[in-house]
Amino acid sequence: MPAPVIEATGLTKRYGDFTAVDGIDFAIQPGEAFGFLGPNGAGKSTTMRMIAATSTRTSGDLSVLGFDPADHGPEIRAQLGIVPQADQLDEELRVIDNLIIYGRYFGLPVPYVKRRAEELLEFAQLTEKRRSRVDGLSGGMKRRLTIARGLINSPKAMLLDEPTTGLDPQARHVLWDRLFRLKEEGTTLVLTTHYMDEAEQLCDRLVVVDKGTIVAEGSPSSLIRQYSTREVLEVRFGSAHNEAASQAIEGIGSRVEVLPDRVLVYADDGEAAMSAVHERGLRPITSLVRRSSLEDVFLRLTGRSLIE
Amino acid sequence: MSTLEQPVADVGGVDHALIASRARGWGWWFVAEHRIRAMRSYVASWIAISVGSPFLFLLGLGLGLGLLVDANQGAQGVDGVPYLVFIAPALSMATAMQTAAQENTYGVFGGFKWFPMFFAMNGTPISAAHIVVGFQVSVLVRVLLPLVAFSLVMVVFGIGSPLGALLLLPIGLLLAAAVGFAVMAWVSTQTEDRGQLSFVERFVVVPLTLFSGTYFPLETLPAFLHWIGWISPLWHAAELGRGALYGAELAPVMVLVHVGYLVLLAGLTCWLSIRTFRRRLDK
Ligand SMILES: Nc1ncnc2c1ncn2[C@@H]1O[C@H](COP(=O)(O)OP(=O)(O)OP(=O)(O)O)[C@@H](O)[C@H]1O
Ligand SMILES: [Mg+2]
Repeated sequence: MPAPVIEATGLTKRYGDFTAVDGIDFAIQPGEAFGFLGPNGAGKSTTMRMIAATSTRTSGDLSVLGFDPADHGPEIRAQLGIVPQADQLDEELRVIDNLIIYGRYFGLPVPYVKRRAEELLEFAQLTEKRRSRVDGLSGGMKRRLTIARGLINSPKAMLLDEPTTGLDPQARHVLWDRLFRLKEEGTTLVLTTHYMDEAEQLCDRLVVVDKGTIVAEGSPSSLIRQYSTREVLEVRFGSAHNEAASQAIEGIGSRVEVLPDRVLVYADDGEAAMSAVHERGLRPITSLVRRSSLEDVFLRLTGRSLIE
Repeated sequence: MSTLEQPVADVGGVDHALIASRARGWGWWFVAEHRIRAMRSYVASWIAISVGSPFLFLLGLGLGLGLLVDANQGAQGVDGVPYLVFIAPALSMATAMQTAAQENTYGVFGGFKWFPMFFAMNGTPISAAHIVVGFQVSVLVRVLLPLVAFSLVMVVFGIGSPLGALLLLPIGLLLAAAVGFAVMAWVSTQTEDRGQLSFVERFVVVPLTLFSGTYFPLETLPAFLHWIGWISPLWHAAELGRGALYGAELAPVMVLVHVGYLVLLAGLTCWLSIRTFRRRLDK
C-alpha cells in the first residue's frame, strides 16, 4: 500500500471556545477522489484550509504530501491545486492574465506559464473568453477559471471546496466532466460538498461530517448499503396529516422517517411497501419509489437533512 | 480499489521542490509583479497626473506665493534661497507621502475585503511577509512616477542642483516606505469600513503636510508645535531633501537622525504589518 497523500489523526481546530473541527481521522490515498460531505458549518472548509496550511491546526497530527503543514506551507502549496469556496479571482484582470499571474506565484517562467495558460483555457472551455475581464463572466465560467488556475502548477492533489455550489445543472455536469478527466490522469481529488449527487458522482470514498466530527466513512454505495435500504418510498399526505399517517405506516419496511412535507418509508422493495400502505387503507396525495441516496444516509445518521 | 497500480499524477516535469524554494525567496517579487501588471491599465492617467501636478504645484505655489514671499523676505529669501527652491523638495516629498498613504489605505483594505486578493495569494506557496513587502514594493514603483516628474521639473527649470534633484528620488522612496508601512500597519487591523479609512487622509496626511515645515520652516511655528515636525516622517524627509537640493544647513549627525528615523519607522511598521497579515490570513 503506498503512503497516503494526506493523513490526519485527531485533527482539531478551535476558534476561541468554539470547536469547528473536533478530532477527525482520515487518510487519502494517491489517485483517490475523496469527499467531505456535510451540511453548512460542519467544518469542511476549515479542514481544507488546514490541509492547505493556510490555517494552523489547534491540535492533532496532519501530514500532507509528506510534509507537516505547521512549518512547510510553501512546500505543500507548491504541490497542491487549491479551489477555495469563494473564487478569489482578480476581477479587474482579463481571464488569461489571471492564469499568468497565478502561475508566476509559483515562480514558473513567463513563457512556460503562457503556454500552460492556453492549455488550461482549452481544458476549461474558456478559450473564447481569454481576453474578457473576469467581472463579466458567469458564475460557472468563474468556477471553471478557478479550477484552471488551481491546475497551473500541475498539482499532485486538488483541493476543491464546494466546486459546483451555486451553479445550474448544466454547468455542474461540465465541471464534473473536467474533474473526471483529472482523476483519470491520476490527480488526487479532495472535495467538499453538501450535494449527495455530487458526492455519489465523483467520490471513490467519502466521510460524512457533522458538527466537526466524522459520523461515517466508506464508498457511496457501501454507505448506502450500511445505513439505508435499497429503496425508499416517499408518500405525502399534506403537511397537517403526515405525522398521523406515519403512525399508521409504522411497521412497514425497516424504518419510517417523518419530514415536514413527506413521510419516508425505508424498504428493500418499495413497490411492496406501497401496496402495504394501501392495504392499511391510507391514500397518499402523491407517492414515489426511488433508490436510496446519501441524503438518506445523512438523515439516518444525524436526524437532519443535508441542505437546510 | 487496486493498490498495485496506483496512478501517479502527471506533473508534466514541473519541479515542486524548486517551486517552493523559489517562492520562499522571491514571493515578494511575485506579489509586486502581480500589482504592477494590474496597474498597466491606469498608467496613462497616472503619468498625466504625475507630470501635471508638479507643474501645477511648483509653478502655482512657487511663482504666485513665491513672488509675495520673496518680496517680503527680500534678498535673504526663505532659508537663504528663493521660496520656490525652498518648497520644491518638500512638495515632492509631500506628494510621495500622499500617494503612499492612499495606496496603502484602499489597497490594503480592499485586498482583504473588496477584492480579497491577499487570500488568493496566500493560497500559493508564498506567505504573509511576502505579501506585505511585495505590496509595498509595488507602491514604491507607483510613487516613483510623481517623484521623477518633480525632479525632472526641477532639473529643467534649474531649481536647485541637478544632483540634488536626483537624490530626492531615494529620499522620497524611503519616506514612502515609512509612511506606507505605517498606514498599512493600521489599516490591516481594520475589518469593517465605517468611514474611518478617510481618517488617514484627513487626520494624518493633511495635518502632517501643514505642520511639517512644508510651506514654511518648522521654526516659524510656535515651539509647542515643533513636536509634530519631529515625529512627522515628512519633516525628516523634507529636511534631507533641502540639504540635497540646495545645500540647506544639515549637520552630519542630523542626516543620521533623519535617515535613521525613517528606516526605523519603516522597519517597525513593516514588522507590525506582517504580524497582522499573518494573523488575518491564518483562518
Ligand atoms: N475564522 C473563523 N473564526 C471563527 N469561527 C469560524 C471561522 N471560520 C469558520 N468558523 C466557524 O467554524 C464552523 C465551521 O466552518 P466551515 O466554514 O469550516 O464550515 P463548512 O462545513 O465549510 O460550511 P459551509 O458548507 O457553509 O461552507 C462554522 O460554525 C463557522 O462559523
Ligand atoms: Mg465551506
